[in-house]
Amino acid sequence: MNGMGIMRRAGICAGLLVISAGRAWSGGLAEHALEWPSGAELLRVLTLQDYNTRVVIIGAGLLGLAAGLIGTFLLLRKRALLSDALSHATLPGIALAFMLMVAIWGDGKHLLGLIAGAAVFSVLGTGSVMLIQRHSRLKDDAALGIVLSVYFGLGIALMGLATRMESGNAAGLSSFIYGKTASMVFFDALLIGAAAVVCILFCLLFFKEFTLVCFDAAYAASQGWPVGRLDFFMMALVVVVTVIGLQAVGLILVVALLIIPPSAARFWTERLRSMLWLSGAFGALSGLVGAGISALMANLPAGAVIVLTASLLFILSLTFGTARGLVRLGLERRRLRLKINRENLLRELYEWFETRCGTSDPGFNECQLLNAPGRPELLSLRAWTPAHFRRSLRELQSAGLLKKISSDAFGFTPEGLAKAQAVVRKHRLWETYLITHADIAPGNVDWGADEIEHVLDLDLIATLEQVLTATRPAGMPQSPHELAASERNV
Amino acid sequence: MFGAFFQPSAASAAMAGPADIPLWVEDLTVAYHRKPVLWDVDLSLPEGKLIAVVGPNGAGKSTLIKSILNLIPRASGAVSIYGRPYAIQRHLVGYVPQRESVDWDFPVSALDVVAMGLYRKIGWFRPVSRRHRQAALRELEKVGMAPYARRQISQLSGGQQQRVFLARALAQDARLYFMDEPFAGVDAATEKAIVALLKELQSEGKTCVVVHHDLQTVPTYFDHVVLINMRVVAAGPTQDVFTEENLRKTYGGKLTLLSQALHEYAQAPRPSPGKKGGGE
Repeated sequence: MNGMGIMRRAGICAGLLVISAGRAWSGGLAEHALEWPSGAELLRVLTLQDYNTRVVIIGAGLLGLAAGLIGTFLLLRKRALLSDALSHATLPGIALAFMLMVAIWGDGKHLLGLIAGAAVFSVLGTGSVMLIQRHSRLKDDAALGIVLSVYFGLGIALMGLATRMESGNAAGLSSFIYGKTASMVFFDALLIGAAAVVCILFCLLFFKEFTLVCFDAAYAASQGWPVGRLDFFMMALVVVVTVIGLQAVGLILVVALLIIPPSAARFWTERLRSMLWLSGAFGALSGLVGAGISALMANLPAGAVIVLTASLLFILSLTFGTARGLVRLGLERRRLRLKINRENLLRELYEWFETRCGTSDPGFNECQLLNAPGRPELLSLRAWTPAHFRRSLRELQSAGLLKKISSDAFGFTPEGLAKAQAVVRKHRLWETYLITHADIAPGNVDWGADEIEHVLDLDLIATLEQVLTATRPAGMPQSPHELAASERNV
Repeated sequence: MFGAFFQPSAASAAMAGPADIPLWVEDLTVAYHRKPVLWDVDLSLPEGKLIAVVGPNGAGKSTLIKSILNLIPRASGAVSIYGRPYAIQRHLVGYVPQRESVDWDFPVSALDVVAMGLYRKIGWFRPVSRRHRQAALRELEKVGMAPYARRQISQLSGGQQQRVFLARALAQDARLYFMDEPFAGVDAATEKAIVALLKELQSEGKTCVVVHHDLQTVPTYFDHVVLINMRVVAAGPTQDVFTEENLRKTYGGKLTLLSQALHEYAQAPRPSPGKKGGGE
């Protein structure tokens, strides 16, 4: 069914994950030696005794929550990568705001000013992407790549100028690139908290409107919803989360907090509302745990650890997610394969007996006892691998559908016979349908029916019976073609 | 306060057609990247009919509908729905987009999608209530999809997805419906369900404009036809307009059509939309 789509999505997400994990590593892990925490430190962090730790952990948690919520809509609007370009575009804004503030006040380290500069440039960056998309024939990915790298390059150049300014205390300005949670003060946490509350409120308030625009923007526009303005508002919330997240996780990694939690949440649910809350919870958890770990290990940068925590949640979701996790899909596929195997074996065995003993006495009679096929004979009927075949045989035996007649020959139990009849019936109904209604040559129907018969549902079978048995006697239909079992008569 | 900020600006009501005509189009021209897709379309469609819009690929059938619904900008021309611009008359219009236009992997159920047809009625910020869900379920029943209401939409077949889209438009309770290729790639059961639905809508006096690609079924399903290939080739009752001659003109290649059009322009003054519409 949609297995391929899910696999592809999983691949894309995994790719993103690798990229962000790689960035996290280059973001600082490799620069320092690790210091393991002592027991007393561990206790202090876990019980949130330390004021600073408390501020940082709660701030990071709220940031994760806000990012997870608005990230859900960002992902569903298929703008995940736009947010990456947007966050990279903040860097020249930060540098310019710093230089401007130094020129005016002599000191450039006012957080609100820097954030305002970042916000202005993230909007400029988004606008540039949209301009390129609208007025050139460049594809979206090229537009994103160009804007991302140009703004980031400009930002790095301006950063260089800013740090060379004589006054203004530019040290620590580069923490916006990789993030520095530890430098968070109470005011920052308050700012993040306020933004998170705003985000939660608006995601709830606009839930219906955002959903509609994400699902079917053209329909929304036809109904008179102001799609452009709703889109703008949605991106504005993304900008808010991005700029307040800059200080904590850095502009390179903040996109991970927007994308990874909702991607992970999608594996657990098919409902948007649950996905929204789950994504918020994943984001908050990543923030809390990541900041906590980094508080314990002084040299571990929090931004990187937060993203790695989110990545871990993602991998767990990808694997074990109850809605579309790989384990569940794998189990479903395996269950179907085994069912197909079982049904094929039952049908072959039934047709084996049918060609030798006829269908007049479907019970277990003398003829069937005498003609019971052995393992090699059954194996020769289909392209079964011996291992597969043995497993199916064992399974049918333990399910009470087959029994050993002599040392190595098999026959049906009464339940097995009933089950086999049902399977054969389905197969032949479908074959007859293909011949009478789809104009497929009798010689070719066996294979076609073989593919589909295992997934026919009861309704369809009832309909087929109605359509086909009107002109035919009831009971087991004849096979419309020669049976393989008889061709390879042993 | 947000409601005011998000209100769409009402389009100017300068040009208007007759108030009893569901759809009236004059001089409509649409261009993508300077290449005209629709050229000087004049239409006047009668009320209470099932109307097929027929033409070859790239003839501008979907573009026509989208430009009527203000989804793509018009280079020139005017459209009126029951005598007034679309921006004012939206509540009278239901829209069924092409099925491929959305991502069916989206985490919503069939019922959620149908409820979207009620969003305008529900209004800003208010959640979908139990009453609205029940209304949506009734619309799903009309297209035979009630048993699938809680299914995530990717778990539906193509035909079932199409029926969900139809139910969403029904929920809008419109007088004029635009349907973009509702019969494309659907199973026989869905085709039957759609046809029954169209007849029912017609018996309620509603007008349906349907982009259709299967020429064989046009005479059985529709009583009015618009043949289109960049410009309107012919429009009117099926028995008058759906002729071999007209079809040949519609599908016979753009070059002949263009030269013919230019010839007509040189010959006579432009016919008014009333005459072109088949005199209904």
